[in-house]
Amino acid sequence: MAERLSNREGIKGMANPTRYGMLRVAYWLQRLSGLGLLAYLIGHIYETSTILNGKAAWDNMLSLTETPGGHIVLVIVIGMCVFHTGNGIRVMISEGGKGIGRPGQPEYPYKAVSLSSKQRLCIWVSIALAALAMMYGAGVLFGN
Amino acid sequence: MATVEVPKEEKDAHAASAPQQSEPKTITLRIARINPSEQHEPKFEEFKIPVQKWTTVLEAILFVKQNLDHSVAVRYSCRQASCGSCGMKINGKPRLACYTKISELDSPVITVEPMNNFPIIRDLAVDFKQMFATHKRMKPFVINEESEVKPGTKEFVQKPEDLEKFLQFSYCIKCGLCNSACPTMSTDKSFIGPQGLAQAYRYTADNRDKGKNERLKIVDESHGIWRCHFAGSCSYVCPKGVDPAMAIQLLRGYLLGFGK
Repeated sequence: MAERLSNREGIKGMANPTRYGMLRVAYWLQRLSGLGLLAYLIGHIYETSTILNGKAAWDNMLSLTETPGGHIVLVIVIGMCVFHTGNGIRVMISEGGKGIGRPGQPEYPYKAVSLSSKQRLCIWVSIALAALAMMYGAGVLFGN
Repeated sequence: MATVEVPKEEKDAHAASAPQQSEPKTITLRIARINPSEQHEPKFEEFKIPVQKWTTVLEAILFVKQNLDHSVAVRYSCRQASCGSCGMKINGKPRLACYTKISELDSPVITVEPMNNFPIIRDLAVDFKQMFATHKRMKPFVINEESEVKPGTKEFVQKPEDLEKFLQFSYCIKCGLCNSACPTMSTDKSFIGPQGLAQAYRYTADNRDKGKNERLKIVDESHGIWRCHFAGSCSYVCPKGVDPAMAIQLLRGYLLGFGK
């Protein structure tokens, strides 16, 4: 009741990337790829732990990743990993107060310096690198 | 009094070249109506409003109050983006109603709702109590025991480049749009928020101030500065160019030892 009256959007608002420009999209992608990588890490630990049950169990588990579905999952993981790293480096540098511009006299129409084209370019470069890595990964996995 | 008679032909020529008064068009204004003591969800009421190209959303709401339904609750004052009273969600985004022209929204339907992340008082009016309390907690004043000008002393000299370090952050009108757009504020009710953090930086960056350590101690907590993830939404919606996202990252730079 109290939460409803406080009119917070909750997870739904946090997860909506559509309203506040490119940096909010990058924020959303960073969270999504982070959660995806966490899920992959848990799955990967489970997958490799099957070796404790012998070679047959390990081979059985490994064969799952060698299907087209398994390859698609791995290609997505490659993309998430590269984007998360690239965008993460941008965010780490920015959060140290670097690369976000200098304060000055704001002038109409008051475009925020911290949301500059430099930041947007870094986001696009992260997306492009992720796409390239995915294409390369898909070439290797499906090429064989 | 001397009068000058304009020749008839000239009068007609003037009339022909004068800009045509644009015909008012009609838009639908959807207003969220809610009284939290009686209901949990807002219901929307629709009003047909005649608008000109310069009509603001606030003027449209006031038209409703004057002509159609006087019970609509809205807070406003200066009508020129200086007081920060009329923040609300307009077509899904937090904006100042007095600063948003209906023509720039480019939509025949305008939906106005109370801002998110603030308790609703009624209809479009939200409660700023928590934001003002947080603002006060940031010690929004110059802390310097020698700031009083006494006989035999001079005023504190500040160079233009010193002023530029904090000037834009002092333009905050406390409208709350940044707090409303912040994704962390939407889930963490104890988060200081971009408004408070930007003000903490404004005074920290002021070279007259000696209270930097006090303020850094306040923001360096579990619901403080480290909960910002630089989504930039606060700066995206700020109507005064304050750029709270920049202030927060610069303040974090101070804490990490990168700032001066």
